[in-house]
Amino acid sequence: MDKSRNKTKDELQFLGRKIISKIEKKENPYLEVPVRSLSNVSYDKKSKTLKLGENTSKRFFFNVAHSKKFLQTIEVASICKNLLEEGKHASLRDVFYMAKRTIPNTKVNLVDEQTETDKSLEDLELITEFSREQLHVNANKMGSVVGKVKIIDRGDSINWAKLGSGGWSIPSNVEEIKFEEVKANFVIYMEKQAIWERLHEDKVWEKLNCILVTSQGQTTRGIRRLLQRLYEEHKLPIYVLTDFDPWGFYIYSVIKYGSISLAHMSEKMAIPGVKFLGIMAEDIDKYGLNKHLIKLNEKDIARLKQMKDYEWFRDNKAWQKEFEAMKKLGSKAEIQALSARGISFISEKYLPEKIKNKETID
Amino acid sequence: MKKEVTAETLAEQQREISISEFFLKNKHLLGFDNPRKALLTTIKEAVDNSLDACEEARILPEIKIEANDMTNDRFEVIVEDNGPGIVKEQMPRIFGKLLYGSKFHRLKCSRGQQGIGISAAAMYGQLTTGNPIKIVSRTSKNKPAHYYELHIDTKQNEPQIIKEDTIDWDKEHGTKINIILEAKYQKGKQGIDEYLEQTAIVNPHLHLIYKNPEKEVLEFPRATNELPKEPKEIKPHPYGVELGILIKMLQDTEASTLQSFLQNEFCRVSAKVAKEICDKAGLYEKSRPSRIAKQEAENLFNSIKKVKIIAPPTDSVTPIGEELILKGLKKEIEADFYAATTRPPSVYRGNPFIIEAGIAYGGSIPKEDITRVLRFANRVPLQYQQSACAITKSIISTSWRGYGISQSKGSIPQGPLVILVHIASVWVPFTSESKESIAHYPEIVKEIKLALQEVGRKLGTHIRKNVRANEQKERASLFERYIPELASSLSKLTGNKKEKIEEDLLKILKKGIPEIEENGQIKE
Repeated sequence: MDKSRNKTKDELQFLGRKIISKIEKKENPYLEVPVRSLSNVSYDKKSKTLKLGENTSKRFFFNVAHSKKFLQTIEVASICKNLLEEGKHASLRDVFYMAKRTIPNTKVNLVDEQTETDKSLEDLELITEFSREQLHVNANKMGSVVGKVKIIDRGDSINWAKLGSGGWSIPSNVEEIKFEEVKANFVIYMEKQAIWERLHEDKVWEKLNCILVTSQGQTTRGIRRLLQRLYEEHKLPIYVLTDFDPWGFYIYSVIKYGSISLAHMSEKMAIPGVKFLGIMAEDIDKYGLNKHLIKLNEKDIARLKQMKDYEWFRDNKAWQKEFEAMKKLGSKAEIQALSARGISFISEKYLPEKIKNKETID
Repeated sequence: MKKEVTAETLAEQQREISISEFFLKNKHLLGFDNPRKALLTTIKEAVDNSLDACEEARILPEIKIEANDMTNDRFEVIVEDNGPGIVKEQMPRIFGKLLYGSKFHRLKCSRGQQGIGISAAAMYGQLTTGNPIKIVSRTSKNKPAHYYELHIDTKQNEPQIIKEDTIDWDKEHGTKINIILEAKYQKGKQGIDEYLEQTAIVNPHLHLIYKNPEKEVLEFPRATNELPKEPKEIKPHPYGVELGILIKMLQDTEASTLQSFLQNEFCRVSAKVAKEICDKAGLYEKSRPSRIAKQEAENLFNSIKKVKIIAPPTDSVTPIGEELILKGLKKEIEADFYAATTRPPSVYRGNPFIIEAGIAYGGSIPKEDITRVLRFANRVPLQYQQSACAITKSIISTSWRGYGISQSKGSIPQGPLVILVHIASVWVPFTSESKESIAHYPEIVKEIKLALQEVGRKLGTHIRKNVRANEQKERASLFERYIPELASSLSKLTGNKKEKIEEDLLKILKKGIPEIEENGQIKE
């Protein structure tokens, strides 16, 4: 058993022993969990990342409101300890089924939905300060990457440039991957798979010598960690390409500063040097997107206001300008709107120009 | 050519309206709106009469009721009591003449009020099936039992004797009637079965045997041998009299002067008060009452209100009493908790009245339904026009949530609850002649609400106590279930023995949970 695995396992066992010693002393056993909400998250100007505050909440076993969650967290800890012992990895879904059972003589299940074990895992991360991946639990693979990079993954040599139309699927745990050769000069991350397909087909990664990364929807931890490693270990600039809407902006915010719900992981995930490539307000006039705007709905407007007030955006003039412009327009724009100028307009004109002229927002 | 209308031609059309025509046109006022209600009303009138008669004669009532389905929408109703019986000479008039009775002329807490009841049922039977009412009655074991078959002469409103006889009857005293009428039988809400169940609740001294049209025999046993207190008859209070009635009283009185009329015909009127009324009306106290009736009655009527007269005596109102309401409820409704209250007497428009309330909660009462409301006036169940009734209004405007009962705004509460409200009065103010709902006098609404609040508070205490006990039990069983699970998870995690962990956790549980709950820490 390797060293770090052993350490994680010992840590989990130690947590269990601490609880047992409380029980032996006839004390109400509890877990102390840092509070995960905006009220306990602050922006650290020095590291330019979101940081979890000091607030914790105690979760007691002998408390009607806490009892089940307490039990679930201990059960999940015992599952992780087993995984570590056997050197196996499980998915979030696996963990759910491993914990799911009916309590004898009742109709009550230990867990009813996967969200419960997911939450227990997040709590365990906060309590032990190990990441989910270190606890041997992985999320689903959710993204693709293409570019001039060679890696070694579980002993296999893989060239990201030679994997056909699908590219390499990014696993949820990228800690064990070794970079053999990185020829690309920068990275473009886009949330939208369709845009990635477009750029891949147009060989943008070859022409601009870059790495193209996408996720399906939310940026997963594996992708954020991969981007961070490329940024830190190979000093590659990272650009983010999203729609011109509050949700697109937040994707950028999460990659750059960390997310509120995973503020405790900011150090491992945030990339303070990331830059926003588009779509931005000035693109709208410049590339004639006015005709293809979509009106903001009530939710968009509320989200926009929240974003404007975030501590980490408050003093950022460039971003305040974007928020103001969007509010004034009362509209949002999708990246795909560029296709109105021709299907490969984005590959041949938009991206090369923007990168050449360094039209980005920090 | 159009015929010229003159007083003479009009006179040709003007004729006396027969009592039967009047009855048929107004049968809804008398409770004969439809065949279903006709059956209920017939039984109700007979039972009310039997109960009133038994109580006046201080006999513990035993009533047998039969409703037989004769097919073709015809039913035979037989009601037999052990009451004092009726003297032979009165029998034809009581059953064969409308508006003949002993109750219309007096102010007393009795069930029937207008005296239209039983003869109206006889007339309804006669009009719908052609059959006469049959009556047997006997007043004592030394006297024979008399038998009558009667029709009502619908023109003259006079009894028509079809048959009369003396027969053998095994009962020492009592009355038995038999009416055949067009009707419809329906079980459940607003039916006879419901009426009898409710009657049994508020008349715990009654022994009732009922055979329904499906030939099932239901028996409602007696819960007490105590007869209700004999209600006292009182004279009207001046504040309650209406102008028309005042004029009639002035005409009919035997008193020779206005002052003695006021003193003798009303309660709470002293010589001094009588004189004050006369003075305020500008009338000479020695005037002849019949003269006043023609000319100055209105002045007299108005001046009554200006004079301060003490409230009527309240011993004329006979409540059921807390104890007997509880007995009645317990007898007919299976529940976990009962409460009842009798309010002190109060007065509306010169009429004394008493409000009583009772509740039954939990047990076999359905949890999800709207609360069942049992309304009673002088021990008679009110089954129709619930929404128009002052009792319903008072229940709705009482806040039940404070007592642990759920209630939507502007609605009757919901939950495993039965609410009983009884108004006893010498003159119950109904909203209409069908006597199904109580009028909204502010004094009455206020008293009903006070009574409901009293029983509500008792219920609230019970519910809170129960809820607390249940919560504590549930809490303990929750931890009991989780303890083996936690022990097994911790054992898997650490390798420690499961049994030992479980034992230690159970020790903590035994120390008591409330202490743990309060601040998360366990106190010694």
